[in-house]
Amino acid sequence: MSDLASAAVEQVYREHRTRMLAALVRALGDFELAEDALQEACSQALRKWPRAQVPDDPFAWLLTVARNHALDRLRHVRMARAKLPAPPPDAVTMTEKQLVSLGDERLSLIFTCCHPALNEEARVALTLQAVAGFTAAQIARTFLVAEPALAQRLVRAKRKIRDAGITFEVPADHLLPERLQGVLAVIYLIFTRGYTASDASLRLEALRLGKLVAALMPDEPEAHGLVALMLLHNSRSAARLSSDGEVVLLADQDRTLWDLEEISEGMTLLDRALRFGSPGPYVLHAVIAALHVQDPVDWPRVVALYAELLSVAPTPVIELNHAVAVAMVDGPLAGLSLIDGITGLSEYHLLHSTRADLLRRLGRRDEAVAAYRLAHDLAVSPADRRFLAGRLRSVEVT
Amino acid sequence: MHYMFLIYNCEDRPKPGDPRFEEILTRVNAFADECRRRGVFVAGDPLKPVSTATTVRVREGKAMLTDGPFAETHEHLGGYYLLDCRDLDEALELAEMVPQAHFGATIEVRPVDHIPGLNHGVA
Repeated sequence: MSDLASAAVEQVYREHRTRMLAALVRALGDFELAEDALQEACSQALRKWPRAQVPDDPFAWLLTVARNHALDRLRHVRMARAKLPAPPPDAVTMTEKQLVSLGDERLSLIFTCCHPALNEEARVALTLQAVAGFTAAQIARTFLVAEPALAQRLVRAKRKIRDAGITFEVPADHLLPERLQGVLAVIYLIFTRGYTASDASLRLEALRLGKLVAALMPDEPEAHGLVALMLLHNSRSAARLSSDGEVVLLADQDRTLWDLEEISEGMTLLDRALRFGSPGPYVLHAVIAALHVQDPVDWPRVVALYAELLSVAPTPVIELNHAVAVAMVDGPLAGLSLIDGITGLSEYHLLHSTRADLLRRLGRRDEAVAAYRLAHDLAVSPADRRFLAGRLRSVEVT
Repeated sequence: MHYMFLIYNCEDRPKPGDPRFEEILTRVNAFADECRRRGVFVAGDPLKPVSTATTVRVREGKAMLTDGPFAETHEHLGGYYLLDCRDLDEALELAEMVPQAHFGATIEVRPVDHIPGLNHGVA
């Protein structure tokens, strides 16, 4: 019975944690209070359910106990410090039934965690904690920061949400396009972190978050575009590094290692996103990723798509990718002259390794050596460094 | 909720008679009108330049006066608005509309705090 009860608590928590937390933040208007209350409700359930019976609706039970616990605590604080502002009216007046039947507030939770008034690190950490259910320790490990610093960052963000009047809701229509891009950017950042750190579980979490947003906002093509983009990148992750951890370039990858199921799922989503017309940045990126899994790659189309991306959302990294595609179509010299016009990427190892490769193909050996050396020194991941060291050696001996 | 907009780096405002004075005045007044139309306007004023500032510190019961601003920074507080907004989103939307922000000023948006028992809070 005891095992059964704790399994029941664990199951409800695992399946509904985000929904319960979102409903509580909505009712209480306070992240930290909502989290503590949910923890308290879970530990009460672990104590009480084994002795009595698992309630018919464990979700409702946990939510109600959590809400009541939070209200008790607010009353307590208020008595201790007279004349504190009254508890948020929603939480007081809401009946149990209203509380439990609160709509799906997960979208509000995501938009609040990704509010532009929070700095980027806070947005990423908060989304991983509140929406994805990571612990502070897990997030700290993932982003190579000390746990106390990360915990502090989370606390500060939650208090800012409460104290600065960041409302817990999906933004108004006129703010939505920009804010949705912000949400998608956080999810993509989590994904790319999972990519550079070769952390498959982090990539899967980003995919899960992206799918959640896409499911909750079925009419937003950019959300589908992001999921398609992540699926198409992820499909190649097994082929991206060799068995001994070395970087394998796209052209040399063993295609039998590609995950065909993810590719086809990505393609289906992409088709759906494209039907909306006037594709945004994530849809365009996904189309480019889709072209990269074709054999041969249609480079002139890739060039055209990067040019389109540069017109909707120009960034130096897109300029670099555009230059790479141009080099594939018009030769290394054309690519090189575009790269030399890029500003703001002098610390980015891929700019220098791309330059090095083009210089090597042009027979400008000394310049290629210098560029590979610079790229190697700027690269962070050990696999990238080994790859570039290998390139450097092969140019030096020719 | 009341929000204080602290407007930094707007000391070079044109004076009456300057070529851009009328244009900027019209825009600043239009912003205040928009705030009143929304029912959020509480107060707003420009400050005289930091060269007019006197800083007061009381140490061991004695006032110490310093000629000049509190902080020796390049970005000085040049004015403020106090607006009663629905939430931070409305405050940030209005901050973006502050005309001075379009002439190089930086706006710091700060929520006004509630202190139990405080007898002169605007909130």
